[in-house]
Amino acid sequence: MAQSKQLAVEMRGVSKFFGAFQALKAIDLTVETGERIVICGPSGSGKSTLIRTINQLETIQSGTITVDGIELTAGGDNVGKVRREVGMVFQQFNLFPHLTVLQNCMLAPLKTGRANKSSAEATARKYLERVKIPEQADKFPAQLSGGQQQRVAIARALCMEPRIMLFDEPTSALDPEMVKEVLDTMIDLAREGMTMLCVTHEMEFARAVADRVIFMEAGAIIEQGAPEEFFGNPRSERLRNFLGQIA
Amino acid sequence: MIRQFGPADILFIIEAVRWTLLLSVIAFVGGAVGGLIVALARSSDSIALRRISAVFIRIFQGTPLLMQLFLFYFGLAVLNLPINPLLAAAVALTFHASAYLGEIWRGSIQAVPTGQLEAATALSLSYRDRMQSVILPQAARIGVAPTVGFLVQLIKGTSLTSIIGFTELTRAGQIVNNATFDPFVVFGLVAVIYFLICWPLSLYARRLEARMRRAFTR
Repeated sequence: MAQSKQLAVEMRGVSKFFGAFQALKAIDLTVETGERIVICGPSGSGKSTLIRTINQLETIQSGTITVDGIELTAGGDNVGKVRREVGMVFQQFNLFPHLTVLQNCMLAPLKTGRANKSSAEATARKYLERVKIPEQADKFPAQLSGGQQQRVAIARALCMEPRIMLFDEPTSALDPEMVKEVLDTMIDLAREGMTMLCVTHEMEFARAVADRVIFMEAGAIIEQGAPEEFFGNPRSERLRNFLGQIA
Repeated sequence: MIRQFGPADILFIIEAVRWTLLLSVIAFVGGAVGGLIVALARSSDSIALRRISAVFIRIFQGTPLLMQLFLFYFGLAVLNLPINPLLAAAVALTFHASAYLGEIWRGSIQAVPTGQLEAATALSLSYRDRMQSVILPQAARIGVAPTVGFLVQLIKGTSLTSIIGFTELTRAGQIVNNATFDPFVVFGLVAVIYFLICWPLSLYARRLEARMRRAFTR
């Protein structure tokens, strides 16, 4: 990457509380532009919460988050600016059921003034092509399989031409035979150089594309490293146990 | 002097239906605008807006409609405004409908899965666009059946305005009855007319409800 040293995400001492429960404990994390990161850990470890703080679906109680040079916590319209740079894919797809696939993809570019009707449609069709379902453009989400819906959700996020993509367990709600089509789409995206943060238990995906794998437990980052190191030579007892359970 | 209940009386009663319908339409349209504001306030992020709208709902759901009519009617006099039964009835019923529709639609908004709001937020849609393009179209489908159901209540509720002297259907029946003293026939006719207005609406509400159930189980 040409701009390899520019930071896509920089978190400093990020803490998040749900009432008295501390979901994130003074997290420090930097992600370089173009870096592909996989975050794993037991449920309730804070991994989803962590990536949801990046586009402020979760507010934080202390620390700072800077995304692409924009400090989220600095006020003004910084949250809006960051959300325009960051795409997100959810476990439950969250497609808009009352809109067609094409309308799902065109809504945000139109409403945010990024594109006019014809260019929004052209962009939508381009990305539906990219995720290999151009022929479904006029269907409603309920008419598609889970795997197809998740690929639409990826296309919908890409239509905002984000610089960073967040994936929150994108294959966990899918039937096993549909996991591969979604992972393949994500792998394509990773190969094109998209900065990605993925919460997933798909270790094959982590091995194939991740630059770095992060293990979280109880709101803290316990261990991180390149995939070979992470899987081949886990240092902490807890990571060894975790890898033993999911293997 | 007591006279025979005749065609002129029937015509007088039927003509009064327009006032019942006019009042229902005013209250429903006014209540729809007010109800949307109340529903958005009730489901907003602002604690102040949520509290204020909750108090509004509690006051209007916790007091009889008849008392609300009295207070608006006699309130006009206190404010030195001319006493006008239609104005008082329209304002009171609008507030009443705003409270009930606000609560129905708050429930509809909150019945839309939170993931929808999160996806719209993550796509950097503004509050207005999130509501207008994503949440409200889905909430409308959920809320349409109970809304029609409430409209039936509202139409029947307009009969109370007869007590502050507004000559709608019920009041027309009272006037005719005072002259003919044939209460069973007169109020029987009045009840039948209410039924003919409300029954199709109830059927329609039930059909919408069935359609919603099918949409959800699909």
